[in-house]
Amino acid sequence: MSAEIKEKDPLFSLKNRKLLTVPLNRENPITMQVLGICSALAVTAKLEPAVVMAISVTFVTGVGNLVISLLRKSIAPRIRIIVQLTVIATLVILVDQFLKAYAFDVSKQLSVFVGLIITNCIIMGRFEAFGMANKPWPSFLDGIGNGLGYGIILIIVSFFRELLGSGTLWGYPVLEKIGLYRLGYENNGMMILPPMALIVVGIIIWVQRSRVRDLIEDK
Amino acid sequence: MFSNRYIFIYSTVMVIIVAVLLSLTAMLLQPRQEKNMTIAKIQGILAALNMNATPENAEELYQQYITTELAVDQNGQVTTIYKDGKFEMGEVRPFTIDLKKELYNKKMGSPFVVPLYIAEVNGDTLYIVPLRGTGLWGPVYGNIAFESNFNEIAGAYFTHDKETPGLGAEISTKEFSSQFIGKKIFNDAGNFVSVKVVKGGISTLATGQQIHGVDAISGGTITSNAVSEMLKNCLENYIVYIHNTITI
Repeated sequence: MSAEIKEKDPLFSLKNRKLLTVPLNRENPITMQVLGICSALAVTAKLEPAVVMAISVTFVTGVGNLVISLLRKSIAPRIRIIVQLTVIATLVILVDQFLKAYAFDVSKQLSVFVGLIITNCIIMGRFEAFGMANKPWPSFLDGIGNGLGYGIILIIVSFFRELLGSGTLWGYPVLEKIGLYRLGYENNGMMILPPMALIVVGIIIWVQRSRVRDLIEDK
Repeated sequence: MFSNRYIFIYSTVMVIIVAVLLSLTAMLLQPRQEKNMTIAKIQGILAALNMNATPENAEELYQQYITTELAVDQNGQVTTIYKDGKFEMGEVRPFTIDLKKELYNKKMGSPFVVPLYIAEVNGDTLYIVPLRGTGLWGPVYGNIAFESNFNEIAGAYFTHDKETPGLGAEISTKEFSSQFIGKKIFNDAGNFVSVKVVKGGISTLATGQQIHGVDAISGGTITSNAVSEMLKNCLENYIVYIHNTITI
């Protein structure tokens, strides 16, 4: 125990770097842990809200995990969920207030989904699984890593949904510019409906597992 | 182990800290947020005139083009005239009327007033009606501008708080709102018919009716219906005013 305390990890040791990178692939919150699916379906019809959502969630998981980790020794186990929820809700309200004051346009676009970050399962999952049991710095990295892991899936899904569903990317009419419509192509209206997000996520999981074969469970 | 006493004190302290933190933030940011909201409202009014105002020049453009603000009561009578920065009648600026409250009064059968903005653009008189209604997840609102005959639509602007991005939220795009330009709210007999957002597209309507309809948004039926309902509910308040003041 004492040896462990003395031996200080450098800020970006291999172990700490792994906290950031592992959630991007091997322990991705959406494709591997199947958390945060709800908002992945809701905000991915367009690229821009998906990106802002990814940034907001990354901020909340990172800072929240840090706060929980700092408080972890003082939190009574019986009320830990309440404390975690309070921390999440506070951070989310702060994000919302600041967006309204300094980035009014973005906040109008994201509207309800900022508030819904509170119910994102990933955040609470990380607080419970990591923040409550680890030191502040690794917890912060773990939060950021998981936020990014969530964000990257959101961005991939919204890329395909916006491109195939609306024919635009970040609002820019890509398909119209390359003249696909003149060849008789039409946007697939199905893509902008939530069920297609689930199918795209399914395809991402398929691709991921066929590339990293040891993720496949034994029968 | 943690005693009950500890838990109570801990939660109390936590709640107080959070409350103070959040109230401080809200208080400090409130002036900025309110200014943003006023500017957004002005931008919305100008957007109905097909003008793209930036937050910087919105107030200036508003003073330049919007000459008169009126308040019209439930009987279609004008109760307030605020012209070129001076009151000619009444004393509450129509711009500050809370449309949500007034429409609630209307629903409850109480007296209400609704604002009407009059703009002078290149010598033409345009009428701008603010709109507000209920979408799928929250309010939808906007402004609609009419040519000087108060029948043909000159421009429309819609927005929302909580509609689904990519679906209902598409009402705030130019593709949707520009469909309204040139549509009419009165039929040839002079009766109010409003403009409807038609599921399946206006090609399903009879030829004579197409002038009173626009295409709905696929996947956004409830929001589309909300826009229809909002237009009818907000525009009908002005019918008496229109008949009294505008002779075609």
